Amino acid sequence: MSSVATVQHAGVHEVHHEHHHHETFISKYVFSQDHKMISKQFLVTGIIWAIIGGLFSVIFRLQLGFPDTTFPWLEDLLGHWAAGGKLKPEFYYALVTMHGTILVFFVLTAGLSGTFANYLIPLQIGARDMASPMLNMLSYWFFFLASIIMFASLFVQTGPASGGWTIYPPLSALGDASSGAVVGMDYWLVSMAMFIISSLLGGLNYITTILSMRTKGMSMTRLPLTVWALLFTAILGVLSFPVLFSGVILLLFDRNLGTSFYLSDIVIAGKILPNEGGSAILFQHLFWFLGHPEVYIIALPAMGISSEIISVNSRKPIFGYMAMVGSLFAICTLAFLVWAHHMFVTGMNPFLGSVFVLLTLLIAVPSAIKVFNWLTTLWRGNIRFTPGMLFSIGFVSLFISGGLTGIFLGNSALDLHLHDTYFVIAHFHIVMGVASIFGMLAGIYHWFPKMFGRYMNNTLAYIHFWVTIVGAYLIFWPMHYEGLAGMPRRYYDYSGWNSFKMFAGLNEFISFVVIIVFAVQLLFVFNFFYSMYKGRKVTNQNPWQSNTLEWTAPIHPGHGNWPGEIPEVYRGAYEYSKDGKEFIPQNVPVGEEETKGH
Amino acid sequence: MKEFLMIALGALIFVVVFQIAKASEYVSILKGEEKTRKQNNRINAFFLLGFLVFGLIGVWYCNELLYPKTLFPQGSASVEGEEIDSMMMITIILTGIIFFITQILLFWFSFKYQEKDNRKAYYFAHSTKLELIWTTIPAIVLAILIVFGLKAWFKITGDAPKDAIVVEVTGHQFAWEFRYPGPDKVLGKTNYKLYTPKNNLGVDFNDPASHDDIHVNTTMHLPVGVPVKMVIHSQDVIHDVGLPHFRLKMDAVPGIPTTQWFTPKITTEEMRKKTGNPEFTYEISCDQLCGANHFAMRGVIIVETMEEYKKWLAEQTSEYSNLFPEKSAPATNTTDSTAKQTAQVLETKK
Repeated sequence: MSSVATVQHAGVHEVHHEHHHHETFISKYVFSQDHKMISKQFLVTGIIWAIIGGLFSVIFRLQLGFPDTTFPWLEDLLGHWAAGGKLKPEFYYALVTMHGTILVFFVLTAGLSGTFANYLIPLQIGARDMASPMLNMLSYWFFFLASIIMFASLFVQTGPASGGWTIYPPLSALGDASSGAVVGMDYWLVSMAMFIISSLLGGLNYITTILSMRTKGMSMTRLPLTVWALLFTAILGVLSFPVLFSGVILLLFDRNLGTSFYLSDIVIAGKILPNEGGSAILFQHLFWFLGHPEVYIIALPAMGISSEIISVNSRKPIFGYMAMVGSLFAICTLAFLVWAHHMFVTGMNPFLGSVFVLLTLLIAVPSAIKVFNWLTTLWRGNIRFTPGMLFSIGFVSLFISGGLTGIFLGNSALDLHLHDTYFVIAHFHIVMGVASIFGMLAGIYHWFPKMFGRYMNNTLAYIHFWVTIVGAYLIFWPMHYEGLAGMPRRYYDYSGWNSFKMFAGLNEFISFVVIIVFAVQLLFVFNFFYSMYKGRKVTNQNPWQSNTLEWTAPIHPGHGNWPGEIPEVYRGAYEYSKDGKEFIPQNVPVGEEETKGH
Repeated sequence: MKEFLMIALGALIFVVVFQIAKASEYVSILKGEEKTRKQNNRINAFFLLGFLVFGLIGVWYCNELLYPKTLFPQGSASVEGEEIDSMMMITIILTGIIFFITQILLFWFSFKYQEKDNRKAYYFAHSTKLELIWTTIPAIVLAILIVFGLKAWFKITGDAPKDAIVVEVTGHQFAWEFRYPGPDKVLGKTNYKLYTPKNNLGVDFNDPASHDDIHVNTTMHLPVGVPVKMVIHSQDVIHDVGLPHFRLKMDAVPGIPTTQWFTPKITTEEMRKKTGNPEFTYEISCDQLCGANHFAMRGVIIVETMEEYKKWLAEQTSEYSNLFPEKSAPATNTTDSTAKQTAQVLETKK
């Protein structure tokens, strides 16, 4: 570290200078305004949430796989929620709800965007930090606050929210309807409000930074695709999260102030409620106006990360750079116009439904372009299978599998049969859940040497990859068949149903695989934290022989990223194997390739 | 004790795996990192090919194992569902072709173009022609799917035939209630404020149309071959009338009635013979999370011949006569408490 400090002194930079002298433990690791530290804070918080969210899925899979077995240790862990070693239905639904909320928002939104937007944007565009480091810091701390509130809700007497991550009222509005709606739901809503603030602060910062702080020569068409993807992600978030915010606030009003935004004509627990004139469907519109873009908020960064890693490790330029940017833009635009495909069976006007069918299936076109472009990038490459590359290939495979089933669900006629069945579970877990987790893991493996100056253990990484991809397919592929048999999602027990009980054996098999896959994720977590302190040290400034600017910064970049001048950019991000040179970093001036490139 | 052993065993496996991984790192340093990297590269490329081969076998095996358990071998139990089934087949075939092509290319390219010392990657940054091809092909495929899909969609969501039997379906935590209009073919008015534990659908018994209405719960009877129009209500939270065998689904939303119509074409008896399962039942699953007992909100549909249906209908007594056995006169003249309360509520509403 000392050598880095001296290098930092050499860089005469006011912002950095000021910080250097007051750097204490608190300012460096806790209330840091350095984008790299904030990124690590997001990442570590995201990983902790991923363990919790994953553990919840293991617990509810135990119930689904082994409905007749009791697990005495569950009672030790969960108390009266699992009296006698068997999960109660109320708590089963609470776990399902929390699993969805945690993974969608805390892991795949904050954990993914928060980590990589913070880390990569300034380093890849050639900026010393975010446009507003202060707002950036607040973005993390609002996320932290949201996390604390959500975590606290797990310990409420009546349990955390249990109405599904989509929290449809009236179920989420009335304490008489479900135990999770007594108090747990208020925690959920307040936590989500904090989360939305965090997301907005982050998003505004990312957009501003990308648009106005690029280094000299870094035109928009020279940006790495990671940055493009993160830009569109931020735009989606900034434009759609406020709508969820209004939905959340109105639901808080309905719950606590006696308003009737979502409530009408309700008799519950023998009581006739006075609410009239509200619409439960209104909430679904507000929710899915965020909810659908949210899917792309999760998917786009994974696409960007995979594009970058596939190009670097194929030693080839990403095929069709402009088409890749254009398809990101198309997906980003269409993402706002398809939300009601989640509502085909709410009794909506069939004509309105048909418009959403058209717009929804249109998304398949830019998605197909991306897939074919990734395939062409691999074609005639010279491919290195680093762990990051394997996860990126896995991402493409999962994105294809899960994307194609979207064509079923987006077609309203088929949705009549498949809506809210295991087909939906299989679809979105593959395309947005596991695929995006793969994108995130690819990013972690690829940029870990940059983040921590050390390598992760490769053997563990390979074990992690192979068990995870085989496991993911074993878990979710058979679920399509359950869905085709009409098996509804969110059931605590199927043994009472003539139509679905024949899947008991399959459910047991799936639960078994879930446990193995979860255990292997713990191996990754261990590898991550162990390598942070004990991993092999990075000695090569550019270990993957990559073109992008982050690899021109020192192995341990200080606050301000580059000790001297910010490098100037002379070319696009993907000049691999061009004119016989294996790679030409972006900061190599035209005509000087011989000296710096290989 | 057992749990403790399991945890200990898990931890042991963990330590072993970690030690092997750590040792492999030292071995790689001894052997030369570049050499180890290339060896790992070959192993992973081979695994990717293996994953493709075993993956394709797995897809086939999974289909052999699970296809018989889906609803397609038995066919749709409703006329409208046939359209959805053929639509499903078209989609499975088209997406299946794309699936196999892209997955095979992905893993085959990965294997074939693995790093080799004598290979140079081919600089190929873009090709407008290729990109146009794979923009157009998906667009055409999707256009086909959209046209077929919307045709089916408009047919199924269109107005019910005039001769359709009307049944009102009401969901509440955690059961289904059905109301048949009786000989006058008109359902009596309801108002949720008229709810009492006895009059649990909030029927306005002042409305003469309600007097011949038949109420049943959990099990719904339908004649085969006749369109049925369900008018769907919810009393509390959102439920969903899920009819997997008929390939249909419609939400029950408090305050906003929805409708869904279909024509059952196979009786329960016939389906039992067809599937060889004497326990076969058409079930109504609640498909929208509605609370703790969501998973037990089960309804049953018995599809029978017209004669059986008429016989069953004739055996039912109207809810009005069940609640007010002594009355045959209009409810306005009654002193019965339920009817009185009905009148009061309506009064206050005015």
